[in-house]
Amino acid sequence: MYSRDFLEQLYRTLYTIRVFETECIKLYRQGFIIGYFHPYLGEEAIATGACAALREDDYIVSTHRGHGHCIARGGQLEKMAAEVLGRQDGYCHGQGGSMHIADVTKGNIGANGVVGGGIPIGVGAALGIKIRGGDEVVIVFFSDGASNNGVFAESLNLAAIWDLPVVFMLENNQYAVSSPIEEMTREPDLYKRAAGYGVTGWLVDGNDVLAVYEKTKDAVDTCRKGKGPVLIEAKTYRHGGHHVNDPGLYMPKERMEYYKARDPVRIGRKYLLEKGGCAEQDVEAVERQVNQRMQEAIEYAKNSPEPSVEQFLQEVEQN
Amino acid sequence: MSGAVDNAGVQTDRQIMYREALNEALREEMLRDESVFLVGGGIGRRGGSYKVTAGLLDEFGPWRVIDTPISEASFTGAGVGAAITGMRPVVEILFIDFTSLIIDQIVNQAAKYRFMSGGKGKVPMVLRTQGGSGNGLAAQHSQSLEAWYYHVPGLKLVMPSTPYDAKGLLKSAIRDDDPVVFLEHKLLYMNKGPVPEAEYTIELGVGDIKRRGTDVSIVAWSNMVGRALSAAEKLAQEGIEAEVIDPRTLVPLDKQLILESVQKTEHLVIVQEAVRRGGVASDIASIVQHEAFDSLDAPIEIVAGKNTPIPFNVHLERASVPREQDIIQAVKGSLGA
Repeated sequence: MYSRDFLEQLYRTLYTIRVFETECIKLYRQGFIIGYFHPYLGEEAIATGACAALREDDYIVSTHRGHGHCIARGGQLEKMAAEVLGRQDGYCHGQGGSMHIADVTKGNIGANGVVGGGIPIGVGAALGIKIRGGDEVVIVFFSDGASNNGVFAESLNLAAIWDLPVVFMLENNQYAVSSPIEEMTREPDLYKRAAGYGVTGWLVDGNDVLAVYEKTKDAVDTCRKGKGPVLIEAKTYRHGGHHVNDPGLYMPKERMEYYKARDPVRIGRKYLLEKGGCAEQDVEAVERQVNQRMQEAIEYAKNSPEPSVEQFLQEVEQN
Repeated sequence: MSGAVDNAGVQTDRQIMYREALNEALREEMLRDESVFLVGGGIGRRGGSYKVTAGLLDEFGPWRVIDTPISEASFTGAGVGAAITGMRPVVEILFIDFTSLIIDQIVNQAAKYRFMSGGKGKVPMVLRTQGGSGNGLAAQHSQSLEAWYYHVPGLKLVMPSTPYDAKGLLKSAIRDDDPVVFLEHKLLYMNKGPVPEAEYTIELGVGDIKRRGTDVSIVAWSNMVGRALSAAEKLAQEGIEAEVIDPRTLVPLDKQLILESVQKTEHLVIVQEAVRRGGVASDIASIVQHEAFDSLDAPIEIVAGKNTPIPFNVHLERASVPREQDIIQAVKGSLGA
């Protein structure tokens, strides 16, 4: 029922996110990357499955943990790598960094340093679509942490009263920084909140790329027909702490083992082998290609110049 | 004054209210550009609490004039998102005091998006709101908070004092590709002034000399312009000719206009309704003392609101912001008169 090409594309994306984050963590440890770096490790299936359900003219809004969304939306590895290294050839010429990569011409409104900050922005993109009479859809990625911020309630309500084409993709990785969701809310099934706003709410296994794809596709179709918004809660788990310097000591070992046994990348690989009829050596060839591309991206980033301080000072003089 | 001279030197006898001038600006820009839309609480059916958006719902329909729930942070954020993706929203917040609820969307999102995206993204959005005291609305509905927005790189800041300026500046603000904070004053909405029929805009960053004079420069904006002008008339009776400068936009600031005036008069009084501490007046004073130190014949005087929440009682309220006699006194102090 799924073509081999499609499953290969999904796996390529899953694996690319995994490799990008893993390699960047190495670069961080070597001192090439500074500041905050929030890996998407363990959550790869959500961005991959969700973005696979979109058209080129649709939009996404991302989060501080945004590299996965950017890659799944077709982001270029070399420009991403250059940006997280703060270089001139990065997406934002080194002015944004890991938490602020945006490429609105490619439908990526951007990552966001403020938890929940992107939610109303996505609603606004959808409002613009509605005013123009378009049929594009916006996926707003956000987290269980953001779900306890006031803008989530407000934005869900705005999207509901205006019937906006928004898929609220709640990535429930079960921690708001370090606070476990079951301590931060009495009802940890967050999709149930949709009902109170007259919105359709669905739960999906966030580690299963095909499950995420199917649910998102239904949600996107619903929105395209003018029957949005839809809230999807994708349950998942981070493979580490909040950022690269957080060892995540508050994450129980058994729960981590449970989710690592349900590794989204491995599940996607299995799909490609079993449902896609792909041979082991062909999967390995995909992996080699991705690794090769990532090494090229790192070289590109390392060779990219630092942005010019003189030019920067000249530009801000006029502000 | 019979008929006024506008920037292009056009004479007009048509007198309309500040709120009507704003309404005309919104209407004209909505007719001119389909991507312009209005969003805010009570702006549609109710026409806005100061009637600035009256009639626009009927003319443009509910998808161009959008009434909202009381969800300031999110409908402002919706403006930001719509702006990023090709629209030109004008977001209205009822009172500047309530912009405390939207600070993240304005300061962290709108103001920084162009910069953070390496110059590739833009946020052509206008935030319209009104501030100031004088209606007995007490401490949470009377503040002058322009310094908050003045402080944040990435925002433009407009504070018109006349119907003519309000119209021309709002049209420019809507056409601007950056987020513009457009601050009206609740006491100005009913003021009438000359506004020509013909289309015009006023460039952001160009101040205006509201009264010419040779003895002292008074810089004032928003509702303080009128107060400075009436102070200037009283001073003229005593033979003191004050030049009243209205920067009209605080960001960008027409430094040149202020500096040239100070070079002529050698005395500067800055008037702001906002509280004294951390205000825009202090920053203008710092610019002038640095760039025109040799021209100054006396210390720069600042007449500002007291460092207090605005009281409810009318006498206390009046005493907490600059009065005409405070301006007169400061001018005389500066001149040693």
